Amino acid sequence: MLKVENLHVKLEDEDKEILKGLTLEVPAGEVHAIMGPNGSGKSTLSYVLAGRDGYEVTQGSATLDGRDILEMDPEVRAAEGLFLAFQYPVEIPGVGNMTFLRTALNAQLKARGQAELSSGDFLKLVREKAKALAIDADMLRRGVNVGFSGGEKKRNEILQMAVLEPRMCILDETDSGLDVDAMRLVADGVNALRSPDRAFLVITHYQRLLDHIVPDVVHILSNGRIVRSGGPELALEVEESGYGEMVEGS
Amino acid sequence: MADQALLSNDAVLVGAADPLPQDALTPAREAARERVETLGLPGRRDEYWRFTRPDAFLAPDAPAVPLPEGDGILFAEVDRLKLVFVDGRFDASASDALELDGVEIAPLSEAPWAASLYGSLEGRAHIPVPRPFAALNTAAAVEGLAIHVTGKVSRPIHILHRSSDGTADALWHHVIRVEPGAEATILETGIAGARQNAVIEADIAEGGRLHMIAAKRAGVPELSLGHLFARVAEGGTLKSFELALDGRVMRRETVVEMAGDDAVVHVAGASYGRDKGFHHDDTIFISHAGLRGESRQVFKKVLQGGATGVFQGKILVKPGAQKTDGYQISQALLLDDGSQFLAKPELEIHADDVKCSHGSTTGALDETALFYLRSRGVPRPRAVVLMVLSFLAAALEEIEDEALRTQVADRLDEALTEGLNDGGAA
Ligand SMILES: Nc1ncnc2c1ncn2[C@@H]1O[C@H](COP(=O)(O)OP(=O)(O)OP(=O)(O)O)[C@@H](O)[C@H]1O
Ligand SMILES: [Mg+2]
Repeated sequence: MLKVENLHVKLEDEDKEILKGLTLEVPAGEVHAIMGPNGSGKSTLSYVLAGRDGYEVTQGSATLDGRDILEMDPEVRAAEGLFLAFQYPVEIPGVGNMTFLRTALNAQLKARGQAELSSGDFLKLVREKAKALAIDADMLRRGVNVGFSGGEKKRNEILQMAVLEPRMCILDETDSGLDVDAMRLVADGVNALRSPDRAFLVITHYQRLLDHIVPDVVHILSNGRIVRSGGPELALEVEESGYGEMVEGS
Repeated sequence: MADQALLSNDAVLVGAADPLPQDALTPAREAARERVETLGLPGRRDEYWRFTRPDAFLAPDAPAVPLPEGDGILFAEVDRLKLVFVDGRFDASASDALELDGVEIAPLSEAPWAASLYGSLEGRAHIPVPRPFAALNTAAAVEGLAIHVTGKVSRPIHILHRSSDGTADALWHHVIRVEPGAEATILETGIAGARQNAVIEADIAEGGRLHMIAAKRAGVPELSLGHLFARVAEGGTLKSFELALDGRVMRRETVVEMAGDDAVVHVAGASYGRDKGFHHDDTIFISHAGLRGESRQVFKKVLQGGATGVFQGKILVKPGAQKTDGYQISQALLLDDGSQFLAKPELEIHADDVKCSHGSTTGALDETALFYLRSRGVPRPRAVVLMVLSFLAAALEEIEDEALRTQVADRLDEALTEGLNDGGAA
């Protein structure tokens, strides 16, 4: 589903290369995890895939089901089914969560030529998904992420994902800052969405999340490249002995 | 029309040659006339007019303004008492009957009680800075309403301005008295003419509550001077909000005396200017004289295409006004490099046990938030509108009535959607 080949990315205003020939393929139906030291380029990869400004792709490609996504606007990528759960979700006071989510969903449906959802149907859908994530209706009446705790923001990202039903889900440290129960809710939310025609790329620092969301493949990202890939046991190895040897010489 | 064209010094002389009606307001008009002579008219050198040139209001004539069709949609759906002014003159035939529980409304000339209020709050408002255009208004105004609020008024009073041909100078002066415990909402929208000078004097008695929402007519390059002079007695509340979409040179001065203890005053505004001619100035002076007064000033300006925003706001805490809680924020969102925001926030505090804060910021659209919205599938133009609405939200929050607030928000949404998508920043 997602294919990244020899991706080189530098900052637009600085001569600093962050991704240095990254290659990665996530087939439909699979969950891949990315682990790696701070500053290795994990968030940069997720931003570049989602279409954030400020980065320049100097080489390589990224495709979603064979279609080049790098030239698309972020909203077009979203309508194509790409979703990024942010490491740091943004607060937008004065724009209600529900308004935001409904605008987003209907814009995507429209872009795909599908019928938009009525406000009644939308409300029903959100209530049901929110309940599963233990997000109360009161919170959703507030501005986007306004007054949400760190963990609540992360759960709200998963709620958005559950409502938008993307095909390719990238989660950037969604587990950071979550308590044990919230982690389980988030994992359940992700697992509920697992399906043969959907794929996940889960960025995390902790093996613990991967006990709940069992990955098919674990990649180690270091200094802008994937330096090792393996099964779930690779995460255990990181947990035990750190990145030390894996990243040497990379 | 001599009694309408009284904005410049020369015009005052014209007014004198063409006598004003002799009525209960005559002494107040004459006193105001003397104030104008003593104060003199503003010049470019005046510190108080540093950011906004008074020239447009001193010129003998103003260019005609193109008029949009209809009255605009804002508040059209509200269950209200509609009072129509044409070229600044009350038009009884186009208005609803002046009957509403809890309030007595009459044209200024037909309400003898108005004489005690007319010019009194304006007359006290020239220290520390003179406001001669307001005195000029008092000296020359014939038109306006006397609104006596005696109970809880169930429906908003909507003053709707129309202009017959877009050329007139319009001048009007309302006086409002809110009796103890009474409450009313006054809406004022529309366009009265190419150039407007308006004064509202509002006297709010103990526990009285007055809500005012004014909105400029979008798409009209008007020149306007608006003045609100208010006095709030113990436990009284004043909440005022202004929406300005488009326009040329607009200055709105708000002067509030918080005379009694536990008074609450919220003054807010949201404006959106999308071209170089746009110049919107909020000049606010709130003085706390009582204990535990709460005042809030929340002004937000969205500027694009070379537009200018001005904010001059002052909180004065008089000796003895302990436990004052004063807050002032003025913020501009600049959608491009050519636009500018000029701000002069001031605090003057003569009591030791008070809490006052003020802030002023100028910023651009938050690219991270914009990306967040787009990454969820919201197209850029809509995302920009949502971000701008987000910026303005704190000002709109000052409108207490949710239904009215929603209407103002919808109107803004519409104007932004149109303005941001016909070129400009987005
Ligand atoms: N806009 C930017 N300006 C300057 N440096 C940047 C920018 N974006 C990323 N970098 C740098 O690029 C490198 C990779 O950052 P990135 O956020 O992708 O790391 P990460 O792997 O997600 O780290 P963490 O585990 O701490 O989240 C870091 O050295 C970071 O400082
Ligand atoms: Mg990161």
